[in-house]
Amino acid sequence: MSEPATLVCDIENPVTPYLREERLPHIWCPGCGIGTTVNCFARALTESAMNLDKVAIVSGIGCTGRVAGYMNLDSFHTTHGRAIPFATGLKLANPDLKVVVYSGDGDLSAIGGNHLIHAARRNMDLMVVCVNNFTYGMTGGQVAPTTPLGATQTTMPYGNFENPFNLPFLADACGAVYVARWTVYHVKQLAKAMLEGLRKKGFVFIEAMAPCPTLYSRRNRLGDGVDQLKYYKEKSKVVNGADTKDVGLTFQGDITVGKFVDRDRPTWLDAMNEHYIQHFGEKYVPYGVSHGQD
Amino acid sequence: MSDGEQVKKGKGTVFVKPEVCKGCSYCIDFCPAHCLEFSREFNRKGYHYPVLGRPEDCTGCDLCGLYCPDFAIFGMRFKDIEQRRQAAAVPPPVPAGS
Ligand SMILES: Cc1ncc(C[n+]2csc(CCOP(=O)(O)OP(=O)(O)O)c2C)c(N)n1
Ligand code: SF4
Ligand code: SF4
Ligand code: SF4
Ligand SMILES: [Mg+2]
Repeated sequence: MSEPATLVCDIENPVTPYLREERLPHIWCPGCGIGTTVNCFARALTESAMNLDKVAIVSGIGCTGRVAGYMNLDSFHTTHGRAIPFATGLKLANPDLKVVVYSGDGDLSAIGGNHLIHAARRNMDLMVVCVNNFTYGMTGGQVAPTTPLGATQTTMPYGNFENPFNLPFLADACGAVYVARWTVYHVKQLAKAMLEGLRKKGFVFIEAMAPCPTLYSRRNRLGDGVDQLKYYKEKSKVVNGADTKDVGLTFQGDITVGKFVDRDRPTWLDAMNEHYIQHFGEKYVPYGVSHGQD
Repeated sequence: MSDGEQVKKGKGTVFVKPEVCKGCSYCIDFCPAHCLEFSREFNRKGYHYPVLGRPEDCTGCDLCGLYCPDFAIFGMRFKDIEQRRQAAAVPPPVPAGS
């Protein structure tokens, strides 16, 4: 019996122009959610109609850290935890760039945690996409600052007893102007949040919950990637504007998703310019006032 | 094996690159029209890949494309396909396995 028809591709996948095809296929495992977040990002870039020569992407180290290398944008794969400081330098030296940081929960909130809180505090004009798979995927599934209580990891063989970060609460408390959480099940909403993030001036933090079937799910006997998506579907509740202190996550428990914070605050560059104008008046020449938006 | 015309039953269709699919089933489980199913064949890496089992139900919404972590599938509405073909001046499709 023959298979139902599948058309051979004679037209390009809409994500292809955003990828460095010569580097594909990518290294991610079957059912890994990182690739899905890349589709959402590509969709957001399309809808933003931005000049892609004015968009740069910076990653740290980890499975998620590979994203910068696969995107057909000016990109940099920094050392572990240092995506945000690199991106800060890139942005300040080239204020007309839109700089996106795309990295893992371990990279951004463990070794890079200090950079995260200070960039949010300063309201650096960066969009941070944190792919949260609750583990250090690349290095074999060690416990991360995001691992829920009770989840088993290679370094927590009897279950995690360390209290995890509630990342949206952390970003909110530090001053991020846009904070959202979606899962890889919520592809359309994630793409929309990324679009809003690209258009927002200031420090944007988007948490994208994604399955790591190879390490996180396997260690915890949670099945394949698609089983995690089904869990996200079943247990997620959309609460836009939720108080971020209430959105902490528990092991396979309820998930609050949505846009939690959307406010305006002077960016670091705005604050600097305003401050020096007050001090020096006309003698001061404001620096980098376009912010890549206009 | 049906050809492109026989497939043209719904509002749209899917394009699949079986050789890069890793068989994760995201597209199959989350297609809102439930029109995809796994192939009986294996690809070179040993995975079953999606095939359009119920072409009449496909809307070409590309939700499968948005889900696929391996960029192995995407959907498109027939009217957009025509537009794209004209824009890219590419030859007509070759049915799989022909
Ligand atoms: C300075 C330094 N310390 C440790 C490592 C090892 N290391 C590589 S990736 C990683 C964690 C990655 O976790 P995450 O950022 O969550 O990315 P994932 O692989 O889960 O996407 C660690 C600890 C390193 N590369 N450099
Ligand atoms: S180890 Fe986990 S995070 Fe890394 S590619 Fe595999 S599934 Fe994805
Ligand atoms: S294009 Fe939409 S309807 Fe068609 S297979 Fe993909 S998800 Fe299903
Ligand atoms: S989502 Fe992609 S990789 Fe997964 S089964 Fe479908 S085509 Fe294959
Ligand atoms: Mg991780």
